[in-house]
Amino acid sequence: MSFLKITSPHGHGPMSTAGIMQTVLIATLPGVIALTWFFGPGTLINIAVGAALALVFEAGALALRDRSPTPYLKDYSVLVTSTLLCIALPPYSPWWLIATGIFSSVILGKHVFGGLGYNPFNPAMVGYVILLISFPLQMSTWQAPRGLGEIPGMMDALTALVSPATYDAVTMATPLDVLRQNQGLLMADLQAQKPQFGLWAGVGWEWVNIAFLVGGVWLLYKRIFTWHAPVGLLVALGMCAAIGFDSGSSESGGSPLLHWLSGATMFGAFFIITDPVSSAVSNKGRLIFGALIGVLIYLIRVHGNYPDAVAFAVLILNFAAPLIDQYTQPAVYGSRPVKEDEL
Amino acid sequence: MRSVHAIHGGIHPYEAKGLAAPGELLDAGIPDKLVLPLSQHIGRQPEVVVAVGEAVKGGQLLALAEGPMSVSLHAPTSGVITAIEDRSVPHPSGLTNRCIELQCDGEDDWLTLTGLSDWRTTDRNALIEAISGAGIAGMGGAGFPTAVKVNGPPGQSINTLIINGTECEPYISSDDTLMQIDAPSIVEGAEILAHIVGAKEILFAVEDNKPTALAAMRNAVERSESECQCDVVTFPTKYPSGGEKQLIEILTGKQVPSGGLPAHLGIVCQNPGTAVAVRAAILEGKPLTERIVTLTGEALGKPGNYRVRLGTPISYLLAITKFDPSNNRRLIHGGPMMGFALENSDVPVIKTTNCILVPTEQELPTPPPAQACIRCGLCAEACPASLLPQQLYWYARAKDQEQLEKHHLFDCIECGACSWVCPSHIPLVQYYRSAKGSIIDARAEKIRSDRSRERFEARQERVEQELAAREAQRAARRAAAQKKADTDTDDDPIAAAIARAKAKKQTAEETPSAPSDTDS
Repeated sequence: MSFLKITSPHGHGPMSTAGIMQTVLIATLPGVIALTWFFGPGTLINIAVGAALALVFEAGALALRDRSPTPYLKDYSVLVTSTLLCIALPPYSPWWLIATGIFSSVILGKHVFGGLGYNPFNPAMVGYVILLISFPLQMSTWQAPRGLGEIPGMMDALTALVSPATYDAVTMATPLDVLRQNQGLLMADLQAQKPQFGLWAGVGWEWVNIAFLVGGVWLLYKRIFTWHAPVGLLVALGMCAAIGFDSGSSESGGSPLLHWLSGATMFGAFFIITDPVSSAVSNKGRLIFGALIGVLIYLIRVHGNYPDAVAFAVLILNFAAPLIDQYTQPAVYGSRPVKEDEL
Repeated sequence: MRSVHAIHGGIHPYEAKGLAAPGELLDAGIPDKLVLPLSQHIGRQPEVVVAVGEAVKGGQLLALAEGPMSVSLHAPTSGVITAIEDRSVPHPSGLTNRCIELQCDGEDDWLTLTGLSDWRTTDRNALIEAISGAGIAGMGGAGFPTAVKVNGPPGQSINTLIINGTECEPYISSDDTLMQIDAPSIVEGAEILAHIVGAKEILFAVEDNKPTALAAMRNAVERSESECQCDVVTFPTKYPSGGEKQLIEILTGKQVPSGGLPAHLGIVCQNPGTAVAVRAAILEGKPLTERIVTLTGEALGKPGNYRVRLGTPISYLLAITKFDPSNNRRLIHGGPMMGFALENSDVPVIKTTNCILVPTEQELPTPPPAQACIRCGLCAEACPASLLPQQLYWYARAKDQEQLEKHHLFDCIECGACSWVCPSHIPLVQYYRSAKGSIIDARAEKIRSDRSRERFEARQERVEQELAAREAQRAARRAAAQKKADTDTDDDPIAAAIARAKAKKQTAEETPSAPSDTDS
């Protein structure tokens, strides 16, 4: 009788790509809940609309590339991309903004390079940066958080989605915007005068960041990625902020705590730079990759022109990842020279 | 208690060792026919010394080792040689090899064997010869001739002998069983091996998932009167702790240099089965003709550890273990991590067969089609050699041999941990094997082309030298003629010219059909 001829190993562990992607999606839940609590249902609408569009674009691209769509649609990877982009988009974005973003992420960010696993850049950040450069006004308009403004309801959210012209949002500058526009106030005075600064870093934002941190730590516990890139980012960002804090003067760049809990810091540290495809491969490489992103985030936040810096920092380091890989190959077994006393 | 060291990577697959009930040894019996491949080891084939139709007794020499990298082959029972021809053998590529077919007579009539009375006073070379003569090759799986291994590379002194009873691969429990039932023989065999290699220390390594074997080994070591420092070392279960290089790091904290041998660290590793075979060869003069095979997998009705004569057809073993083919697609020689799939069961058990795994589809499902690599890095976390499997995969697909070597492809031990964890089900090890093959081919090709270039260049040089020599001769002749002409000018030049022309004409008439040089 004839048996099946396949190569070793004959067993397989429990991991699957779809399983990893699902875990990442689940891990975004605390952050998404926090965003919804503080800014209303806008993010949920973003995610739902984005997911539907992403599946359509993915299927279309796979059809054009003559690939069977089922395995790719079933692995949840495009849903991770769309969810991450839609979390980063301002709540109550119009449909065309979401569609442009998803198209850019899925088609320009991924399929033009050969699809899953071949994209040199983080697809969600490609979409985000294209939108940020093309539609700066829409991309920097943020709903005021709960406690500082009225939270829109589901009907408002749908209005904003399909008929943005008729939707009147209650918007407010984010703490990072306020900090950048600071003209001569000491940090202590600025935080006392501006209502946006909450307990540590900003009303709503601090809790959103803590929620993403919780989701990220859970992913670490599930061993979806290693600690190197997130810790590299957070330590480097914290050190830059500590150096630039300037004891809270009017020139201060803000405290480490402010930077850790503002904007997209935790979301970026645990959900964006941990994208394995576009990051460095070795643990040492990922530490350096994360740290350089942390430094760039600080520099762009404090000295740049955009409200948040994670997307630019990530894309720049995506360029650098192959170079980092070149210099951070781990020492393989048996590569260290044998010492005399070992003989 | 001896401290152990951590190694990088590794995985914890489902062990499934209980299935074969380690510790209980069953007898597979004598089949009608045994098929004995001449090559059951790494190295040269031995020379057949029997003929078709010849009756042989158990233990009788069938094929004699040819040179050092060869081991002898003996009859596992009595019977008649019925064929010497090429047959399918257990090999990843389904190769055939010259085999001796032995029709067993069921009498199991053996030669009278005699061992050496006192090995401690016997010359080291005589012991090595006895091991070689007994046809012993490493029984852990690689099949390296034991006599060569204990002889060691020249100029290296050995301090430590490691008996590798780790048996980290799932399902397999042949070494476990041997340690449970015959620990004193392992210790005695290890003492003989230590004596031969000159080791002062023997380490018996057992993973902590084999408490009974561990206790048996400790007991046997306590009772032995070895001159060596003996130690039974246990450490946490993890695959592939039993890889030779990995085990050395666990026990000593040292790493075998890349491309080097354990001997470079003063270490030599042996399998417990090999130690027992050495003991039998030295003390009883008994050649290696049988081994313990774990016959396991849920498709078998009677899995277990069996004492199997070499050459026993696997189809015979499937029959006695009540194989149920209804839900099985694969027959694996070896374990689930490093074993290879056999296409048919018509191949024999050989010296390196430690396990035959016959799983059901639920147990070890046929892998789904591979998906794209998302460079998640789980493989790099699992790699015991600290390689970057995702990069190697990338370069293997791109056939970038330079980068493959730069990323230390040849330090890959093919343990399969990377493929086991790969969420995209990519058969990574297969890519590395294939890439290694291509690089080895390219190297051989380069040596060939270098050699032909050298030959071509040497020929060019020779031709040029010959031309130059001929040119020099011609120049010398011209110079001589010139000189002669110069000396002749004192006489009448016209008369001389006429004389020369006459002489030439005469020569031409004398040899009218002289073939010209260029036509020949």
